[in-house]
Amino acid sequence: MTQTPILSRDQATTTSLAQPRIMDDLDQLEAQSIFILREAYRKLKPLSLLWSLGKDSNVMVWLARKAFMGHVPFPVMHVDTEKKFPEMYAFRDEYTKKWNLDLLLGYCPPVEEIDPSLPPAARSAARKTAGLAAMIDKHRFRGVIAGIRRDEQATRAKERVFSPRGAGHRWDVRNQPPEFWDQYATPYEDGMHIRVHPLLSWREIDIWRYIEREGIPLVDLYFAKDGKRYRSLGDQDITNPVESTASTVAEVIAELETSRTSERAGRAMDHESEDVFERLRVAGYL
Amino acid sequence: MGDNIVTESFSETHRAAATPIVIVGHVDHGKSSLIGRLLYDTDSLQDGKLAQIVESSRKRGLAVEWSFLLDSLQIERDQGVTVDSTRIPFRLGSRDFVIVDAPGHRQFLRNMITGAADAEAAVLVVDAKEGAQEQTRRHAMLLRLIGIRHVIVLLNKSDLLEFDEAKIVRVESDVRQLLGRLEIEVEAVVPASARDGDNIASRSERALWYKGPTLVEALANVPPPASRAALPFRMPVQDVYRFDGVRYVAGRIERGTVRAGDRLAIGAQGQVATVVEVCRWHAPELPVAGAGESIALRLEPDLVPDRGDLLFPADDKAAAPERSARIRTRLFWLRGEPLRVGESFTLRLATAEHDVTVASIDAVVDLEDLTLREGDSVPPDGFAEITLAASHAVLFDPFSPGFGDGRGVLVDRYQRIVGGAPLIGPAELADGEHAIHPTASRVPAARQVQTRGHRSGVFWLTGLPGSGKSTVARAAELALSEQAINATVLDGDTLRAGLCSDLGFSPEDRHENIRRAAHVAKILAESGQVVIVALVSPLEADRTQARQIVGGNFHEVFVDTPLETCEKRDPKGLYAAARSGKIPEFTGVSAPYEAPVSPELRLAADRPEQEAINTLTAFILRLVQP
Ligand SMILES: Nc1nc2c(ncn2[C@@H]2O[C@H](COP(=O)(O)OP(=O)(O)OP(=O)(O)O)[C@@H](O)[C@H]2O)c(=O)[nH]1
Ligand SMILES: [Mg+2]
Repeated sequence: MTQTPILSRDQATTTSLAQPRIMDDLDQLEAQSIFILREAYRKLKPLSLLWSLGKDSNVMVWLARKAFMGHVPFPVMHVDTEKKFPEMYAFRDEYTKKWNLDLLLGYCPPVEEIDPSLPPAARSAARKTAGLAAMIDKHRFRGVIAGIRRDEQATRAKERVFSPRGAGHRWDVRNQPPEFWDQYATPYEDGMHIRVHPLLSWREIDIWRYIEREGIPLVDLYFAKDGKRYRSLGDQDITNPVESTASTVAEVIAELETSRTSERAGRAMDHESEDVFERLRVAGYL
Repeated sequence: MGDNIVTESFSETHRAAATPIVIVGHVDHGKSSLIGRLLYDTDSLQDGKLAQIVESSRKRGLAVEWSFLLDSLQIERDQGVTVDSTRIPFRLGSRDFVIVDAPGHRQFLRNMITGAADAEAAVLVVDAKEGAQEQTRRHAMLLRLIGIRHVIVLLNKSDLLEFDEAKIVRVESDVRQLLGRLEIEVEAVVPASARDGDNIASRSERALWYKGPTLVEALANVPPPASRAALPFRMPVQDVYRFDGVRYVAGRIERGTVRAGDRLAIGAQGQVATVVEVCRWHAPELPVAGAGESIALRLEPDLVPDRGDLLFPADDKAAAPERSARIRTRLFWLRGEPLRVGESFTLRLATAEHDVTVASIDAVVDLEDLTLREGDSVPPDGFAEITLAASHAVLFDPFSPGFGDGRGVLVDRYQRIVGGAPLIGPAELADGEHAIHPTASRVPAARQVQTRGHRSGVFWLTGLPGSGKSTVARAAELALSEQAINATVLDGDTLRAGLCSDLGFSPEDRHENIRRAAHVAKILAESGQVVIVALVSPLEADRTQARQIVGGNFHEVFVDTPLETCEKRDPKGLYAAARSGKIPEFTGVSAPYEAPVSPELRLAADRPEQEAINTLTAFILRLVQP
């Protein structure tokens, strides 16, 4: 997939004195995300962006380039579970170069080192938390940008745009700080960091419409082959493809317009028990 | 391209941003249930979602609990209470909404505001049987303060009144009266049942007398946000970048439009620059940008504004913002302790930060009847009108519902957001009033702790003359120094030898003595010091005042030596002198001593002195060691 530059977009230019474009929903989401990324860059140092190579984090890198005039002025982190699809590694290497990214690689501990009381898929997912925590500690990051969205999962729907993580990277979900009028939390203690969520208000379909509008590249796994495609990309062993014939971005959008299933339906851990997601997230999972 | 084609393709492809609607009201009046029901009745649930809810409800021995669609946290489901707000996308016809579920419990007011602050409209849910309650009033007040312009009232649980017209009309008129007092216009009052679905998405069969809209109809009637494009231009500078040799002034336009060639004034200094280019990356090139856009500007001359500087039209006085170092604000107060005059904060205003001090509390809202009263403090979760004094002139536009102007937020030294302060306008000075503009330290509390190696605190020792306060205080000071803790003792006699040498022992002078000691202790504690005050401080009222002056860091210690023991010791011969009438108004002899009712620490006299010293030292260490 290559990027196609926008040649023209609807411009309601009628008088000699140029008028601003009337913003549509994607314009508003984009403007808000740029605002958030600029706040993070200004307030949280050192800062990095989690690049999982999936569609959401590609949109996020894209938005960072929008915010900083084509640059990504902080490192992007890939916390590798070493269980990703080969296509994803190829994609990573290609776009690290093309987008001129400062890539930091992190690795995850073996699953044996993870809390055995978790159900199997969740335990596998928790490896990523441990790998992420090690990276954050090593680089002493004060800000970590992550591409989660409220519509993905009910506990993510409770998140803040700037979400403080205290000692041990824990999310104190019962005691989140107030966040209003675009005023965000800043770190108030040593050893804590802020998770920054620029895509929190985006829905799955917004992401796809934005990908289409901007021509953002994606790994091919998102597009149907032999009647199946991936709607969400986790590790190979805990992500299942869904039935689909959508082989282009436009077809994916058309499919989602009528879809009634959730994006994470293909993620095994979400179905293991009612509280598993909350437990993982409190402990530092995305 | 002809104009017609442009317009046509525009309307076809244009999708408006989602309209946020917040659901507020008293705890348990059925907000979460309402949203769950609304999603279900409008067929907005994803496959499998209902089955999950049924299962989670069954596990807890409940019939279908609609609120579980929102209340996703374990604590919320187990306690049956919403803790934090949730936002869910929701579609009605071709219009997108975001429905925000807000908690009703007072303890989670900060989360309610988090959910409500950017809403375009609100649904105030009132239990038809219970009527308006405390949080109904509090939430209504907040709707007004955060500037929500469209309010729909939903009289929920009308099933419990069998949709009886007379009863419902009575509740309706109560609620209308309440909102009328707050000058909130009500769009509709809908009698409904979230449990059974009456008047949510479909018209109730049980309330045929009701001719108004259903909830869904009322939501569809909420107008889109007002345009900010025609107002004078404002852009608070968010940051300044230099990439590839070009300087960019980045920010989001609050209102108005900006064009290449415009002359802009920059911040309070008012330097003027011309816009050379409106910059974006990977977007159609346009020499103009409007409200809501995040852009970057190139200026000529190539000035470097500060973050927080407001950019506004240079040559039009009428289009300039207000400028004042004293600002009247409305306040919603979110800290667990009351707010008092003299406290200092950072006022965040868009991207600007200003050091401010509360110069006066002009009126406090009585939540019972929503009237303004005089008051000298704002209670937790309370509302007030206050005046803030800054050390320099602040540029601002008064708050106006639906716009981004004047949305002040107060942040304390621990970087916590402690209040919202919509700015009303410049404050006039009353005749004869001397304008003071106190400044506050900008050292973050966390750094202070880091450099000092310990936290600060005020330990206020009270007790009879001769009870051993000074001895214990000085010994603890020494013991703490051995642990590398910096402590200062403010001792009664020492103060009276200097700072308070103009004071005697009348009740007024004792009061003044304590007031001064408390202020000195506060200043020291704010600089990171541990302060041990050793003062007789005989009156409860005076100690309470000291506690108020010092704030959250105040710890009362009672040196509980009985009168007989003090009198027997009488190290300075004062009791003897008092008994013989040589010293008037001597505490314990000829002036009262009110022992503290519940001191944080009590040092009993029946133990050896060294033990009291150790106890006090350990107590202080526990509270100040990080
Ligand atoms: N009879 C009746 N009961 C209702 C109705 N709506 C909600 N309830 C019940 O009222 C209780 C509280 O409902 P919730 O939706 O949790 O209330 P809430 O306003 O969201 O509460 P908080 O978020 O904690 O402030 C639950 O037991 C519901 O089943 C209704 O229309 N009729
Ligand atoms: Mg609720």
